Amino acid sequence: MKYLPLILANLGRHRRRTFLTIGSVALALFLFASLQTIVTTIQAAGRFGSARRLVATNATGFVLTLPLSHGNRIVGVPGVEQVSWANWFGGKYGDGKRFFAAFAVDAESYLALYPELAVPEDQKQAFLRERNAALVGVRLQEIFGWKLGQNITLQGNVYPGDWTFTIRGFYTPTDKVLNDDMMLFHHEYLEEGIGRPGQAGWYVLKIDDPGKAPQIGKAIDDMFRNSSSPTKTSTEQAFNASFATMWGNISLLMGTIGIAIVFAILLVTANAMMMSARERTREVAVLKTVGFTDRTLFSLVMLEAACIAIAGAVLGLGGAKLLYKLTNFNAGGFLPGFDVTPETLGIGAVITLLLMIASGLVPAIRAARLPVIQALRQVE
Amino acid sequence: MKIPIMYNVRSVMQRPMSTAFTALGIGLVVAVFIGMLALANGFRTALARTGSAENVLVLRKGADSEMNSAIDRATASVISSSPHIARGADGRPLVSPEVFVVISLPRMRDAIPDSGALANVVVRGVSEKAWEVRRNVRITTGRRPQSGRAEVCIGSRIAGRFAGLRMGEKVRFGGRDWDVVCEFTAGGSAFESEVWGENEQFMPVFRGQVFQSFSFRLADPAAFEEAKRALEGDKQIKVEAHRESEFYVAQSAILGSILEILAVLITSIMAVGAIFGAVNTMYAAVAGRAPEIGVLLTLGFHPRSVLASFLAESAIIAAIGGLAGCLIALPVNGIVASTTNWASFSEIAFAFRVTPGLLLAGFAFAVVMGVLGGFFPARRAAKQPVVQALR
Repeated sequence: MKYLPLILANLGRHRRRTFLTIGSVALALFLFASLQTIVTTIQAAGRFGSARRLVATNATGFVLTLPLSHGNRIVGVPGVEQVSWANWFGGKYGDGKRFFAAFAVDAESYLALYPELAVPEDQKQAFLRERNAALVGVRLQEIFGWKLGQNITLQGNVYPGDWTFTIRGFYTPTDKVLNDDMMLFHHEYLEEGIGRPGQAGWYVLKIDDPGKAPQIGKAIDDMFRNSSSPTKTSTEQAFNASFATMWGNISLLMGTIGIAIVFAILLVTANAMMMSARERTREVAVLKTVGFTDRTLFSLVMLEAACIAIAGAVLGLGGAKLLYKLTNFNAGGFLPGFDVTPETLGIGAVITLLLMIASGLVPAIRAARLPVIQALRQVE
Repeated sequence: MKIPIMYNVRSVMQRPMSTAFTALGIGLVVAVFIGMLALANGFRTALARTGSAENVLVLRKGADSEMNSAIDRATASVISSSPHIARGADGRPLVSPEVFVVISLPRMRDAIPDSGALANVVVRGVSEKAWEVRRNVRITTGRRPQSGRAEVCIGSRIAGRFAGLRMGEKVRFGGRDWDVVCEFTAGGSAFESEVWGENEQFMPVFRGQVFQSFSFRLADPAAFEEAKRALEGDKQIKVEAHRESEFYVAQSAILGSILEILAVLITSIMAVGAIFGAVNTMYAAVAGRAPEIGVLLTLGFHPRSVLASFLAESAIIAAIGGLAGCLIALPVNGIVASTTNWASFSEIAFAFRVTPGLLLAGFAFAVVMGVLGGFFPARRAAKQPVVQALR
């Protein structure tokens, strides 16, 4: 540690090169952290879900609906505490550039099933009271500048026509994986609008004992197996996990690019280190003459590499973490809860270590092994 | 007078390690650039090939995808009576009223269905004429499904990837077993990720007596606007007509743009890193060759020529890297990727598509990186005070 001033002086000699090298390490680690976070966010969304909630969809295909009569029968299944249902509405607001999910739900039971949607009590009551009320996520409030009591119009595409709602509440998700940019409104309003009794897109139900989830799911599916609308009931987690697989091998792609990036900067940094090492033969020779041991020189060079690598890591990884946290980035709603995880930072640290070794080792060994007389011959 | 290029080429070869590393760094950036754009390209192409400019796709008014549309039989007959529809060899109109549904099927993992990994597969109910209306569809094995029977045909890109989707096997959905009697290709388009069967068979299973879309071949492809106006102006029906090719291209917009934006973002950041590498290398080169540069300037070469010379050197290194990058990216061509087409919420398989244009763009990108990286070092070389250098 007493050699720190010497190391810093060495680094400071070619300031531009040092900054450029630190810069490329930082950029590469920033990119790596970003790409890896895409992968982890998709995985996290796939793991979200309460163990006490089950989701029942139409077994043939989840885009098909289920009759509302199913709800009464589901609630009678032993172990089921509460049932609610929802429909995908799929509407466009304004020019449609900022897409958000809109659902028609059986309001009271749905909010009871999802305590993670935190709504101030007065807003909740106002929402429940009015037929055409809407509950929107706080992010939509930020993006569109909506206010309580404001009327908004959506153009439906699943259910054609113009649909007007009055915003009566804003919800904040208590779990960041849950989207904060959804809109919920009353199922009865949807039925009124389409002029015929509705169907349920899917059912959500709460069970008393998470351990009994498979049996209860099977009981429900058996009940409807031979009907015209068979169900497929799974835990909410399994349901979300199957959504995560919809990204296909995009995750794999991100991971591969991440590796390519790591290789690229390994090359760049190793190159820079070796360049500086080559120029310093004279100094190394002088240092050895003065009395520095081979081992000390080895450590000095390695420490120099370490300084650059660590500085780059702090800037790149730290920068990524801060940036996404501060801007509350969520890729337009597609990747809720986008946050650099400790595991990602850990992998980044390992990469930094590898980088340090790869770029520092050869120059360090060369410096340690340098025959003094030969090197001094080049000094004036 | 210009400094001969051989000087630069020789100098580059003098520092093999340094050159190789920098070139490889640039090469990797170019490879990622080409790879990601090839992915976006493949996706867009698969969708663009799906529709034909000669066909019209009619959906319910306000529907932005076949999934959200509904066309009842009455509407279908009104559309069939349009004078703009082409007629087949047998004199009958080339129309295809279709049922469009997305079902869940378990993926196959190591030849076993994995019920934890469900995917959404498009099932399209077509009539006899569909095989003619859609010109690019070709049956490769087996025969067309027979009318009235529970038989389906599978697209080449999904064969074997989902439970039951293989020639001769039975696939189960909608509470029934369906025999797979044929496999078809469709020119690399999205149809290759679909299951086709008879529309009348599918109706009772899914949404009842209603079609989702109605496609027909235009008698005169130039008459699209007229046909569109006639259909949309008809008070009996509430429909929207789209040129098939444009419709599918629009569907690829969301994911296509996302992939392209990602490509540009990622490679820009990587490029800055690679440029830093190039800058470093060139500065070191200039510093190491100070005496040489001094000699060149003494001999009478203009500082501008020195600048140009070093820029050229940087460009050469970058060009080598660009070539390497193109070579690395090339094998990616044809690899099949699959993801969800968010517009229709169904899985679509498509292949990476590397085009000569993309390779050229990658190479040009490399050279630009090299020139940008080499600029300041080259300027330093040109501005070098001669006496100091010669010392």
